[in-house]
Amino acid sequence: MDHTLDSLASEQHVGGGKKEIWRVTIILSVFTMIELVLGFYLMTVTNELMRHFIKGVIIIFMLAKAFYIVGYFMHLRHEIRNLIMTIVVPLFLFVWFIIAFLADGDSFKNDKNRLDEGHKARSEQQMPKQEEGSHKLE
Amino acid sequence: MNTSVTTTTGMWKGGRSPFNVEYGKLMMWYFLMSDAFTFGAFLISYGCTRFATNGWPNPNQVFDKYPLSDVFGKPMPLVFVSIMTFILIISSVTMVLAVHEGHNMNKKGVAKYLVLTIIGGLAFLSCQAWEWTHLHGEGAWWGRNPFPNADGTMSTTNFTNFFFTITGFHGFHVFSGVVINIIMLIMVLRGVFDRRGHYLMIEKAGLYWHFVDLVWVFVFTCFYLI
Repeated sequence: MDHTLDSLASEQHVGGGKKEIWRVTIILSVFTMIELVLGFYLMTVTNELMRHFIKGVIIIFMLAKAFYIVGYFMHLRHEIRNLIMTIVVPLFLFVWFIIAFLADGDSFKNDKNRLDEGHKARSEQQMPKQEEGSHKLE
Repeated sequence: MNTSVTTTTGMWKGGRSPFNVEYGKLMMWYFLMSDAFTFGAFLISYGCTRFATNGWPNPNQVFDKYPLSDVFGKPMPLVFVSIMTFILIISSVTMVLAVHEGHNMNKKGVAKYLVLTIIGGLAFLSCQAWEWTHLHGEGAWWGRNPFPNADGTMSTTNFTNFFFTITGFHGFHVFSGVVINIIMLIMVLRGVFDRRGHYLMIEKAGLYWHFVDLVWVFVFTCFYLI
Protein backbone atom coordinates (compact mmCIF):
# COMPACT_ATOMS: atom_id res chain seq x y z
CA MET A 1 0.00 0.00 0.00
CA ASP A 2 2.74 2.42 0.99
CA HIS A 3 4.61 1.44 -2.09
CA THR A 4 1.70 2.42 -4.33
CA LEU A 5 1.31 5.80 -2.59
CA ASP A 6 4.99 6.56 -2.99
CA SER A 7 4.85 5.87 -6.68
CA LEU A 8 1.69 7.99 -6.96
CA ALA A 9 3.39 10.86 -5.19
CA SER A 10 6.14 10.90 -7.77
CA GLU A 11 3.92 10.13 -10.76
CA GLN A 12 1.63 13.05 -9.97
CA HIS A 13 4.51 15.46 -10.10
CA VAL A 14 3.81 16.67 -13.62
CA GLY A 15 2.87 20.08 -14.94
CA GLY A 16 4.61 23.36 -15.50
CA GLY A 17 6.02 23.92 -12.00
CA LYS A 18 6.57 27.41 -10.61
CA LYS A 19 6.56 29.08 -14.01
CA GLU A 20 3.02 27.87 -14.63
CA ILE A 21 1.90 29.02 -11.17
CA TRP A 22 3.06 32.58 -11.84
CA ARG A 23 1.57 32.59 -15.33
CA VAL A 24 -1.84 31.54 -13.98
CA THR A 25 -1.59 34.07 -11.13
CA ILE A 26 -1.07 36.87 -13.64
CA ILE A 27 -3.92 35.64 -15.85
CA LEU A 28 -6.30 35.49 -12.86
CA SER A 29 -5.31 38.98 -11.69
CA VAL A 30 -5.69 40.47 -15.17
CA PHE A 31 -9.11 38.83 -15.64
CA THR A 32 -10.26 40.15 -12.26
CA MET A 33 -9.14 43.66 -13.19
CA ILE A 34 -10.94 43.47 -16.53
CA GLU A 35 -14.07 42.34 -14.64
CA LEU A 36 -13.74 45.30 -12.29
CA VAL A 37 -13.27 47.76 -15.15
CA LEU A 38 -16.37 46.33 -16.82
CA GLY A 39 -18.20 46.55 -13.47
CA PHE A 40 -17.33 50.23 -13.13
CA TYR A 41 -18.28 50.83 -16.75
CA LEU A 42 -21.61 49.03 -16.20
CA MET A 43 -22.64 51.69 -13.65
CA THR A 44 -22.65 54.37 -16.34
CA VAL A 45 -24.59 52.37 -18.93
CA THR A 46 -28.38 52.73 -19.05
CA ASN A 47 -29.20 50.96 -22.31
CA GLU A 48 -30.78 47.59 -21.33
CA LEU A 49 -29.32 45.66 -24.26
CA MET A 50 -25.85 47.05 -23.66
CA ARG A 51 -26.13 46.19 -19.94
CA HIS A 52 -26.98 42.58 -20.78
CA PHE A 53 -24.07 42.42 -23.20
CA ILE A 54 -21.56 43.68 -20.60
CA LYS A 55 -22.95 41.28 -18.00
CA GLY A 56 -22.48 38.47 -20.53
CA VAL A 57 -18.84 39.46 -21.05
CA ILE A 58 -18.29 39.54 -17.26
CA ILE A 59 -19.76 36.02 -17.00
CA ILE A 60 -17.41 34.78 -19.74
CA PHE A 61 -14.42 36.12 -17.77
CA MET A 62 -15.84 34.49 -14.63
CA LEU A 63 -15.98 31.11 -16.40
CA ALA A 64 -12.45 31.61 -17.75
CA LYS A 65 -11.21 32.26 -14.20
CA ALA A 66 -12.99 29.13 -13.00
CA PHE A 67 -11.26 27.16 -15.79
CA TYR A 68 -7.81 28.40 -14.76
CA ILE A 69 -8.38 27.75 -11.04
CA VAL A 70 -9.73 24.22 -11.58
CA GLY A 71 -7.38 23.35 -14.42
CA TYR A 72 -4.07 24.62 -13.05
CA PHE A 73 -4.36 25.40 -9.32
CA MET A 74 -6.43 22.28 -8.68
CA HIS A 75 -4.29 20.49 -11.21
CA LEU A 76 -7.20 18.87 -13.07
CA ARG A 77 -5.72 19.51 -16.51
CA HIS A 78 -2.72 17.37 -15.62
CA GLU A 79 -4.81 14.44 -14.40
CA ILE A 80 -5.67 11.58 -16.71
CA ARG A 81 -8.66 11.79 -19.01
CA ASN A 82 -10.91 9.37 -17.10
CA LEU A 83 -10.68 11.47 -13.94
CA ILE A 84 -11.32 14.73 -15.79
CA MET A 85 -14.44 13.22 -17.36
CA THR A 86 -15.96 11.95 -14.09
CA ILE A 87 -15.62 15.46 -12.63
CA VAL A 88 -16.57 17.61 -15.60
CA VAL A 89 -19.39 15.65 -17.27
CA PRO A 90 -21.80 15.77 -14.26
CA LEU A 91 -21.28 19.53 -14.08
CA PHE A 92 -22.97 19.88 -17.47
CA LEU A 93 -26.24 19.41 -15.52
CA PHE A 94 -25.76 23.07 -14.63
CA VAL A 95 -26.55 24.05 -18.22
CA TRP A 96 -30.09 22.71 -17.87
CA PHE A 97 -30.26 23.87 -14.25
CA ILE A 98 -29.52 27.52 -15.09
CA ILE A 99 -31.66 27.77 -18.22
CA ALA A 100 -34.66 26.07 -16.59
CA PHE A 101 -34.69 28.04 -13.36
CA LEU A 102 -34.02 31.47 -14.85
CA ALA A 103 -36.74 30.89 -17.46
CA ASP A 104 -39.07 29.70 -14.69
CA GLY A 105 -38.39 32.80 -12.61
CA ASP A 106 -38.99 35.05 -15.59
CA SER A 107 -42.29 33.42 -16.50
CA PHE A 108 -43.41 33.55 -12.85
CA LYS A 109 -42.76 37.29 -12.84
CA ASN A 110 -44.70 37.80 -16.08
CA ASP A 111 -47.63 35.70 -14.83
CA LYS A 112 -47.78 37.59 -11.54
CA ASN A 113 -47.77 40.93 -13.34
CA ARG A 114 -50.47 39.75 -15.74
CA LEU A 115 -52.78 37.75 -13.47
CA ASP A 116 -52.35 39.10 -9.93
CA GLU A 117 -54.18 42.40 -9.96
CA GLY A 118 -52.38 45.04 -7.96
CA HIS A 119 -49.09 43.17 -7.87
CA LYS A 120 -47.49 45.43 -10.42
CA ALA A 121 -48.90 48.56 -8.79
CA ARG A 122 -47.65 47.38 -5.39
CA SER A 123 -44.16 46.73 -6.75
CA GLU A 124 -44.08 50.24 -8.21
CA GLN A 125 -44.62 51.92 -4.84
CA GLN A 126 -41.73 54.11 -3.78
CA MET A 127 -39.91 52.93 -0.70
CA PRO A 128 -39.94 55.41 2.21
CA LYS A 129 -36.56 56.77 3.21
CA GLN A 130 -34.90 54.92 6.10
CA GLU A 131 -34.06 56.81 9.27
CA GLU A 132 -31.48 54.28 10.37
CA GLY A 133 -27.94 54.25 8.96
CA SER A 134 -26.27 56.60 6.53
CA HIS A 135 -27.52 54.93 3.37
CA LYS A 136 -28.48 57.38 0.64
CA LEU A 137 -31.28 56.89 -1.83
CA GLU A 138 -29.95 59.23 -4.55
CA MET B 1 6.83 -0.23 -9.32
CA ASN B 2 6.53 -2.34 -12.42
CA THR B 3 4.57 0.03 -14.63
CA SER B 4 5.20 -1.75 -17.92
CA VAL B 5 3.39 -4.88 -16.71
CA THR B 6 0.43 -3.01 -15.21
CA THR B 7 -0.13 -0.82 -18.26
CA THR B 8 -0.15 -3.77 -20.65
CA THR B 9 -2.76 -5.53 -18.50
CA GLY B 10 -4.94 -2.40 -18.52
CA MET B 11 -5.85 0.40 -16.12
CA TRP B 12 -8.94 -1.35 -14.79
CA LYS B 13 -7.43 -4.78 -14.14
CA GLY B 14 -6.39 -3.97 -10.58
CA GLY B 15 -3.06 -3.35 -8.93
CA ARG B 16 -3.19 0.41 -9.41
CA SER B 17 -5.56 3.37 -9.25
CA PRO B 18 -7.37 3.63 -12.59
CA PHE B 19 -7.53 7.40 -12.12
CA ASN B 20 -3.84 7.58 -11.19
CA VAL B 21 -4.66 9.38 -7.92
CA GLU B 22 -4.87 8.07 -4.40
CA TYR B 23 -8.23 7.21 -2.88
CA GLY B 24 -8.42 10.23 -0.56
CA LYS B 25 -7.78 12.71 -3.36
CA LEU B 26 -10.40 11.13 -5.60
CA MET B 27 -12.95 11.31 -2.78
CA MET B 28 -12.00 14.95 -2.17
CA TRP B 29 -12.80 15.63 -5.83
CA TYR B 30 -16.20 13.98 -5.52
CA PHE B 31 -16.92 15.85 -2.30
CA LEU B 32 -16.05 19.13 -4.00
CA MET B 33 -18.28 18.23 -6.93
CA SER B 34 -21.22 17.70 -4.58
CA ASP B 35 -20.35 20.94 -2.80
CA ALA B 36 -20.34 22.68 -6.17
CA PHE B 37 -23.92 21.52 -6.66
CA THR B 38 -24.87 22.88 -3.24
CA PHE B 39 -23.43 26.30 -4.04
CA GLY B 40 -24.85 26.08 -7.55
CA ALA B 41 -28.32 25.44 -6.14
CA PHE B 42 -27.98 28.45 -3.85
CA LEU B 43 -26.82 30.76 -6.62
CA ILE B 44 -29.41 29.53 -9.12
CA SER B 45 -32.24 29.99 -6.61
CA TYR B 46 -30.90 33.52 -6.12
CA GLY B 47 -30.98 34.03 -9.89
CA CYS B 48 -34.45 32.52 -10.16
CA THR B 49 -35.80 34.83 -7.43
CA ARG B 50 -34.12 37.82 -9.02
CA PHE B 51 -35.71 36.99 -12.38
CA ALA B 52 -39.09 36.58 -10.68
CA THR B 53 -38.99 40.01 -9.00
CA ASN B 54 -39.89 43.32 -10.63
CA GLY B 55 -37.09 45.37 -9.05
CA TRP B 56 -33.79 44.62 -7.34
CA PRO B 57 -31.42 46.73 -5.20
CA ASN B 58 -28.39 48.14 -6.99
CA PRO B 59 -25.28 46.43 -5.56
CA ASN B 60 -23.23 49.53 -6.35
CA GLN B 61 -25.36 51.49 -3.88
CA VAL B 62 -25.50 48.78 -1.23
CA PHE B 63 -21.83 47.75 -1.22
CA ASP B 64 -20.18 51.15 -1.62
CA LYS B 65 -18.57 51.41 1.81
CA TYR B 66 -15.13 50.42 3.06
CA PRO B 67 -13.36 50.92 6.40
CA LEU B 68 -12.73 54.63 6.95
CA SER B 69 -15.06 55.56 4.08
CA ASP B 70 -16.76 58.02 6.46
CA VAL B 71 -13.40 59.66 7.13
CA PHE B 72 -12.61 60.02 3.44
CA GLY B 73 -16.23 61.00 2.90
CA LYS B 74 -16.50 59.33 -0.48
CA PRO B 75 -18.35 56.05 -0.89
CA MET B 76 -16.68 53.86 -3.50
CA PRO B 77 -18.48 50.86 -4.95
CA LEU B 78 -16.56 47.65 -5.68
CA VAL B 79 -13.36 48.82 -3.95
CA PHE B 80 -13.60 46.83 -0.73
CA VAL B 81 -14.87 43.66 -2.36
CA SER B 82 -12.10 43.73 -4.97
CA ILE B 83 -9.55 43.83 -2.15
CA MET B 84 -11.27 40.77 -0.65
CA THR B 85 -11.13 39.05 -4.05
CA PHE B 86 -7.42 39.70 -4.44
CA ILE B 87 -6.72 38.46 -0.90
CA LEU B 88 -8.39 35.16 -1.77
CA ILE B 89 -6.58 34.81 -5.12
CA ILE B 90 -3.20 35.47 -3.48
CA SER B 91 -3.91 32.98 -0.69
CA SER B 92 -4.78 30.45 -3.39
CA VAL B 93 -1.40 31.11 -5.02
CA THR B 94 0.47 30.58 -1.74
CA MET B 95 -1.44 27.31 -1.32
CA VAL B 96 -0.27 26.11 -4.76
CA LEU B 97 3.28 27.05 -3.76
CA ALA B 98 2.89 25.03 -0.54
CA VAL B 99 1.81 22.00 -2.59
CA HIS B 100 4.75 22.62 -4.93
CA GLU B 101 7.21 22.67 -2.00
CA GLY B 102 5.58 19.47 -0.76
CA HIS B 103 6.53 17.75 -4.02
CA ASN B 104 10.13 18.74 -3.35
CA MET B 105 9.84 17.39 0.24
CA ASN B 106 10.84 20.83 1.51
CA LYS B 107 9.35 20.94 5.01
CA LYS B 108 10.32 24.56 5.70
CA GLY B 109 8.87 25.75 2.38
CA VAL B 110 5.56 24.00 2.99
CA ALA B 111 5.31 25.49 6.48
CA LYS B 112 6.12 29.00 5.22
CA TYR B 113 3.51 28.98 2.46
CA LEU B 114 0.90 27.36 4.71
CA VAL B 115 1.37 30.17 7.23
CA LEU B 116 0.90 32.74 4.42
CA THR B 117 -2.26 30.93 3.26
CA ILE B 118 -3.68 30.92 6.78
CA ILE B 119 -2.95 34.65 7.10
CA GLY B 120 -4.75 35.25 3.77
CA GLY B 121 -7.76 33.26 4.96
CA LEU B 122 -7.92 35.15 8.24
CA ALA B 123 -7.60 38.48 6.38
CA PHE B 124 -10.53 37.52 4.15
CA LEU B 125 -12.64 36.49 7.16
CA SER B 126 -11.83 39.79 8.88
CA CYS B 127 -12.94 41.73 5.80
CA GLN B 128 -16.17 39.76 5.70
CA ALA B 129 -16.74 40.32 9.42
CA TRP B 130 -16.32 44.06 8.86
CA GLU B 131 -18.75 44.04 5.94
CA TRP B 132 -21.40 42.07 7.81
CA THR B 133 -21.07 44.35 10.83
CA HIS B 134 -21.37 47.40 8.61
CA LEU B 135 -24.45 46.05 6.79
CA HIS B 136 -26.03 45.04 10.09
CA GLY B 137 -25.43 48.58 11.30
CA GLU B 138 -27.26 49.88 8.24
CA GLY B 139 -30.26 47.77 9.25
CA ALA B 140 -29.75 44.81 6.94
CA TRP B 141 -30.07 41.27 8.24
CA TRP B 142 -32.04 38.12 7.49
CA GLY B 143 -35.64 39.31 7.17
CA ARG B 144 -34.73 43.01 7.12
CA ASN B 145 -33.79 45.00 4.04
CA PRO B 146 -33.33 48.77 4.29
CA PHE B 147 -32.13 49.13 0.69
CA PRO B 148 -34.69 50.15 -1.93
CA ASN B 149 -34.67 48.78 -5.45
CA ALA B 150 -32.46 50.48 -8.02
CA ASP B 151 -35.44 52.56 -9.21
CA GLY B 152 -36.42 53.56 -5.66
CA THR B 153 -39.37 51.15 -5.41
CA MET B 154 -40.21 48.89 -2.49
CA SER B 155 -37.72 46.01 -2.21
CA THR B 156 -38.25 42.57 -0.69
CA THR B 157 -36.12 40.87 1.96
CA ASN B 158 -35.02 38.29 -0.63
CA PHE B 159 -31.98 40.41 -1.38
CA THR B 160 -30.57 40.38 2.14
CA ASN B 161 -31.70 36.80 2.82
CA PHE B 162 -29.78 35.49 -0.17
CA PHE B 163 -26.78 37.72 0.47
CA PHE B 164 -26.30 36.69 4.09
CA THR B 165 -27.07 33.02 3.46
CA ILE B 166 -24.72 32.61 0.50
CA THR B 167 -21.81 34.75 1.72
CA GLY B 168 -22.30 33.18 5.16
CA PHE B 169 -22.13 29.67 3.74
CA HIS B 170 -19.04 30.65 1.77
CA GLY B 171 -17.49 32.30 4.83
CA PHE B 172 -18.11 29.09 6.76
CA HIS B 173 -16.17 27.24 4.07
CA VAL B 174 -13.32 29.73 4.37
CA PHE B 175 -13.36 29.25 8.13
CA SER B 176 -13.21 25.46 7.89
CA GLY B 177 -10.48 25.81 5.24
CA VAL B 178 -8.41 27.89 7.67
CA VAL B 179 -8.95 25.26 10.39
CA ILE B 180 -7.87 22.48 7.99
CA ASN B 181 -4.78 24.48 7.00
CA ILE B 182 -3.86 25.03 10.66
CA ILE B 183 -4.13 21.27 11.27
CA MET B 184 -1.94 20.69 8.19
CA LEU B 185 0.61 23.19 9.51
CA ILE B 186 0.78 21.41 12.88
CA MET B 187 1.23 18.06 11.12
CA VAL B 188 3.98 19.52 8.90
CA LEU B 189 5.84 21.03 11.85
CA ARG B 190 5.63 17.74 13.77
CA GLY B 191 7.21 16.00 10.78
CA VAL B 192 4.27 13.66 10.15
CA PHE B 193 4.57 13.92 6.35
CA ASP B 194 8.35 13.56 6.37
CA ARG B 195 7.92 10.28 8.23
CA ARG B 196 5.19 9.25 5.81
CA GLY B 197 7.47 9.97 2.88
CA HIS B 198 5.08 12.20 0.93
CA TYR B 199 3.04 15.40 1.25
CA LEU B 200 -0.10 14.15 -0.52
CA MET B 201 -2.30 15.34 2.37
CA ILE B 202 -1.31 18.94 1.59
CA GLU B 203 -2.69 18.45 -1.92
CA LYS B 204 -6.08 17.41 -0.55
CA ALA B 205 -6.20 20.44 1.76
CA GLY B 206 -5.10 22.51 -1.23
CA LEU B 207 -7.97 21.23 -3.38
CA TYR B 208 -10.44 22.32 -0.71
CA TRP B 209 -8.83 25.73 -0.40
CA HIS B 210 -8.86 26.35 -4.16
CA PHE B 211 -12.50 25.35 -4.23
CA VAL B 212 -13.26 28.08 -1.69
CA ASP B 213 -11.52 30.56 -3.99
CA LEU B 214 -13.45 29.17 -6.96
CA VAL B 215 -16.80 29.66 -5.22
CA TRP B 216 -15.88 33.23 -4.37
CA VAL B 217 -15.29 33.92 -8.09
CA PHE B 218 -18.95 33.08 -8.66
CA VAL B 219 -20.31 34.79 -5.54
CA PHE B 220 -18.32 37.95 -6.31
CA THR B 221 -19.66 38.09 -9.87
CA CYS B 222 -23.27 37.26 -9.03
CA PHE B 223 -23.69 39.56 -6.03
CA TYR B 224 -21.36 42.48 -6.59
CA LEU B 225 -20.78 42.86 -10.31
CA ILE B 226 -24.03 42.02 -12.10
